[in-house]
This record gives sequence, C-alpha cells and structure tokens, in this order.
Amino acid sequence: MLIDGINSVARKVPTWAVYIVYLIPVPVLLYQGMTGGLGREPINALERELGEIALQLLVIGLCISPLRKFAGVNVIKFRRAIGLLAFTYVVLHLLVWAVLDIQSLERVWADIIKRPYITIGMAAFVMMIPLAVTSNNRSVRALGAAWRKLHLLTYPVAILAAVHFIWLSKGFQLEPLVYLTVILGLLALRVPALLRKVAV
Amino acid sequence: MAYRWKNTLTRADATPYEEYVNRRQLMGGAIGLGLVGAAGMARAEDEALVPNSWDDITQYNNFYEFGTGKGDPAKNAHMLTTEPWTVVIDGMVDAPGDYSMAQIMETMTIEERIYRLRCVEAWSMVVPWNGFELADLLNLAGVQGGAKYVAFETALRKDEMPGTRYPVIDWPYVEGLRLDEAMHPLTIMATGIYGKPIPNQNGAPMRLVVPWKYGFKSIKSIVRITLTDQEPPTAWNKALGHEYGFYSNVNPNVDHPRWSQATERVVGGGLFAGRQDTLMFNGYEDEVASLYEGMDLRENF
Ligand code: HEM
Repeated sequence: MLIDGINSVARKVPTWAVYIVYLIPVPVLLYQGMTGGLGREPINALERELGEIALQLLVIGLCISPLRKFAGVNVIKFRRAIGLLAFTYVVLHLLVWAVLDIQSLERVWADIIKRPYITIGMAAFVMMIPLAVTSNNRSVRALGAAWRKLHLLTYPVAILAAVHFIWLSKGFQLEPLVYLTVILGLLALRVPALLRKVAV
Repeated sequence: MAYRWKNTLTRADATPYEEYVNRRQLMGGAIGLGLVGAAGMARAEDEALVPNSWDDITQYNNFYEFGTGKGDPAKNAHMLTTEPWTVVIDGMVDAPGDYSMAQIMETMTIEERIYRLRCVEAWSMVVPWNGFELADLLNLAGVQGGAKYVAFETALRKDEMPGTRYPVIDWPYVEGLRLDEAMHPLTIMATGIYGKPIPNQNGAPMRLVVPWKYGFKSIKSIVRITLTDQEPPTAWNKALGHEYGFYSNVNPNVDHPRWSQATERVVGGGLFAGRQDTLMFNGYEDEVASLYEGMDLRENF
C-alpha cells in the first residue's frame, strides 16, 4: 500500500524537481554566510555544511538499489540526479576549502599531500570525476557492462568520505562513526549479490 | 603582585589617565626586575591589538563539556551553576583546602589583559580578559619548595554539562603547567571579559589563560588546582598523545599532524576573511622564549 503510494508519487515527480530542491541550500548557505546566519566563523561552517550534504547524498545514493530490492520501492530514476548533486556539493566543498579557507595554491597542494584526511577526501573526489563524467545516457550506452563496473567506485568513494569525516574530528565523536556504520551496512547488503556474480 | 605585565594594546582612552600612568610606572619596575624584556616593551608600543567583539568571543567556543559544535557552549552553558563555587587547592601547598570563589575575588586584584588567543584548530581571536595572575592565587595557598608542576581540573557535572554524557574525551578535563609557566606574569586566571563577569561558555567562574599556548591549555571552569612534583596528565594528550603534547606552545614551525599551524584566521572576519601568519609563542616570544631555552620544541610540542 504505502510502497505503491511511494512508487506512484515517484513516477509523477520529475527528476528536475530533485535538482531544484537539493540546490536550494547553496544560495541559502551563501546568504547565511554573508549575513551572520552561519555563526562567527562562516568559512569553516560553510565548508562543513557542504561536506555534510555531500556525504548525506552519497548515503542516499547507496540506499536506492537496496530500497528497490528489499522493499520494492522504486526511486531509481532519481539515482543519477542524487549522484550528480553529491558531486556538485563535493566540488563546492573543495572550492570553499581551497579559495575561501586555504587561499593559496602552494598551501592547498601542501595540505593535499601532507594531511591524510585531506588526501583521503581528495582521493574520494578524484574517484567521483569519472562517475560524474559518465552520468549520462550516451556513456551508459557506449560503455555497456563496463559502465556498471566503473560505477562500483561509488562504494570506495562513500567509505573514503566517511573515513575523511572520522579522521578530521577531534576526540571520539559519534556522528562520523554513525555515517561509516550506515555506509558499511548499505554495502553489506550488496555482498551476497556480488559474491553470486563472482561465482558464476 | 598585580600589574606585572602590560598589554600590547594601550587602551589609554579607556583607562583613567592616572591609573594609566601608574601602570606604566609599575611596568618600569617590572623591567627593573627583569621580568619583562625591553624588546617586549618596544613591541608593545608599535603594535595595537584590536579585541574581537563580545559576540565573537561568547558565541564561537570550544568547550566540549557542552557539546562539540562551536555554538553548543553558548546554547547549553547556561545550565551550569557557578554560584556558589569552590576551588580546591591541594597537593604541595602550605594551606591546602577549599577556596570559595567569593573569597578569591575579595583577595585578588583584578586587571585587564588584552591577549591573543590562538586555537590549535588554526583560528584566533583577541580577548580583553579581566582577571588576576595565577601566581597571586598560588602564593595565597603557599607553594612548597618541592613543587614543580601545577595540575588543573574542570568541573564534571553530567546533569549540567550535556556534552559529558558522551565519551568524546576522558572526563573530567584536566590540564597542567610547569611551575615556572604557572608563575609567569603573563599567566592569568580570568574571571571577566570586557569588564563583565565571564560567561559560562568562556569558563565561568574562573578559567586559566596562558596566551602563548594553544587555547586548549587554558582550562575552563576550574574546580581543583594541585601542586605536584610530577608532570600531570592532560586531557588531549591522554586522548591523542601524538597530536597534543604537554607543552603545546603556539609554534608556526611545528605543524599539527592533521593541519598546518603556519597561519590562522581571525574569527569574525566574515566569509571572505584572510589568513594571517601565526607568530612564534603567539607573539609573546620576547616574554616567554627563555622558559624553553635549550629545549627542542619539535620534540616537546
Ligand atoms: C567525497 C568527497 C568528500 C566528502 C563527502 C566530504 C565530507 C565532509 C564532511 C562530512 C565533513 C565534516 C562536516 C561536519 O563536520 O559537519 C568534511 C569536512 C571537511 N572536508 Fe571534506 N569531504 C569530501 C572531500 C573533501 C576534499 C576533496 C577536501 C579538500 C581537499 C575536503 C576538506 C575538508 C575540510 C578542510 C573539512 C573541515 C575540517 C575542519 O573543520 O577542520 N573534503 N568533509
């Protein structure tokens, strides 16, 4: 019942609506940052807000196929939008960090090689580039089976992003560990299917 | 002895003239005693620090007892009862015991100290503290000959400090100084900001301020001070020993393992604020470098 309801709503909602809804935070955050709504140190706050939204989108993206498989909820048509939005937020997160926070190419480079949590974040970002570039119908057709293999990269991307969050937190903090646990749980759901594929 | 050190910012316009002249004479005395280098005075003359706003200082805080977000302390610290308040001073002192905050405030001379505050997370502020020299409080209790270190402890009240319900670090928060650091004229106990009682989120009713060390050394809401001959454990060193040393002096040349310490951003500059270079010992090199003569500051980070 409920599931049929969700599915019929999902069928009616156009994907561009997802883009619009999920891009609203960008101008809102910028406006807040300029008017004091992000607190006394808006650069770090903005950096963190964008990072957190990116991570949430990665988690949402990982939920989509288990939802269909285990609950019969079909929202697969939004998956590309979610992935591209996640990439967008990572790019903004990275830009705020480099342009507003670090403010020097030399130091940006030094941090990327020297700071493990930045290196990890950067690795996640770099792995997302081919995913973003191939998130269109033409690439799906052209790459065929290789496309699915390539997009398995979302798994390590999500793990690296969560590890990035854990690594940058001071002391023992719950929130980043919850993200990692959820991500590992969502990936565990896929293990049986993957094993079956390998076995055949 | 109050007024042993003078701010780099001379608020001549805000201080009654007579008192101002008075302070300067006392400073002359301090130089005579060799407590403050002449170079320090020269610096004091040519550089003025601009204090951050009250809102910057009271709404952007690290005080994990009230939550790990920068705004959590301002939101939650009102739960802390700071009156009455008792500080236990014990260990190697002549007069160990409970010192009530009222009693301490009655005895001490409150003065203003405008200091830079440099957080280990590479942000900074300038804070106009009101307080007294820690040395004066320690002398009140009478430091015994064999004492070499001072250990401090923050209040731990699970019902008033929501952050302590999570094991972010091993509560209660503890800190420590070498005795000569503790007795240094720059080291104060702050009880006010901008002439007002110190807000709870900044460490009411009494917190340490050691301006040449990263902010986390300046322990808040102190309930115990213990004189000892052993280097005391410190909270962040216990949690992450390779990242946070006992000394934790501000040092732009020794990076934190996870980020650079070469520059800092002054809080309150908005979305397009620049960064500024971090100064050795947070700009108090002339005053405190001699404390660490011959020490490898990379080893003893
Ligand atoms: C998939 C890619 C990434 C994701 C999902 C991600 C996610 C996050 C999250 C969730 C946070 C913490 C937010 C919070 O505290 O609420 C964060 C913080 C941060 N991230 Fe990322 N991140 C990614 C890539 C990067 C990259 C490429 C860089 C830089 C090269 C970077 C630099 C930072 C910095 C500097 C912080 C803040 C650290 C601080 O406040 O001290 N991240 N990120």
